[in-house]
Amino acid sequence: MNALGIFLTIAVFYLFSKLYEKKRAFYLNPVMLSIIAIASILHLTGISYETYMESAKILSFFLGPAVVSLAIPLYKQREIIKEYSKQIFAGIVFGGTLAILSAFYAAKLLGGSESVLLSIAPKSITTAIAIGVSEKIGGIPALTAVLVILTGIFGNAIGIEMLNAFKIKDRVARGLAMGVTSHGLGTARIILDDELSGAVSGLAMALNGVFTSLILPYLLKLLQ
Amino acid sequence: MYKGLTIIFGFLFIGEILSEVFNLPIPGNVIGMILLTFALLFNVIKLEDVEREAEFFIRNMSVMFIPPGVGVISYWGLIKSQAVPIFGALIISFALTLILTAKFVELLRGGER
Repeated sequence: MNALGIFLTIAVFYLFSKLYEKKRAFYLNPVMLSIIAIASILHLTGISYETYMESAKILSFFLGPAVVSLAIPLYKQREIIKEYSKQIFAGIVFGGTLAILSAFYAAKLLGGSESVLLSIAPKSITTAIAIGVSEKIGGIPALTAVLVILTGIFGNAIGIEMLNAFKIKDRVARGLAMGVTSHGLGTARIILDDELSGAVSGLAMALNGVFTSLILPYLLKLLQ
Repeated sequence: MYKGLTIIFGFLFIGEILSEVFNLPIPGNVIGMILLTFALLFNVIKLEDVEREAEFFIRNMSVMFIPPGVGVISYWGLIKSQAVPIFGALIISFALTLILTAKFVELLRGGER
């Protein structure tokens, strides 16, 4: 059953994308529904996650070239990004710090264990950077990976709807907030709506990953 | 098509090498993205040579997150034992960061107009 995982992923995503095209409601987000549906199918049929991943991992492999490809919208929107570079950098410092502090303190207030606090702090940055940061600060890298993906799913499913609900119209502000909050999954969604927002989001994701990996170890020393 | 793919995978590969050789905390794909942006800015690479292939990857990025997303179920036990702090903090932090960051940048932009 070599093709099982890739067939299942593409087929389920195709069906939910068709549904989403008909009725554009946030709760019909095809990424979120596909994950739930596939997890349920595996659970009901007893197929192991490892069997599924044997071929499904080919799809995630293409995240590598996809992230490299974000250079293209960045280049095409270079004039606007240069014009607003100060606001973009200020936004990354503000949003990147807020993402860490709000996650750390909210988890602490709600009774999270020490390892949960440390694992959740880097949850707004792209998976590969977050895992490395988590390891460095004493979190559980596997738990961090899960929390990063869950944060990304929120952004992909309801990020745009929330920005609309709060009447945020500025395209640079929308893209920056999505990239800083929900990394690649947020970028993947907002770039389908608007190329400028998507370019800013991709840039914010990259820079916030670098920013967070640099400041988080020092920030935690101050917090503890 | 193969020219574009060679460029994209070439920059991914260079990024991975740099990340490993210099033991950087930044993953190879992010380094590759930054390098390709500079290559385009300095006319080392022409936009039309990679544009179509890059846009294909970007348009289809969402589906690539599904397999690791399904992997979340493998950690269900770990999540369940701390469900309230984990989901509470995720939701609170997500909403606060998204909205306040957007408002902050919008304010900065408005102030300079």
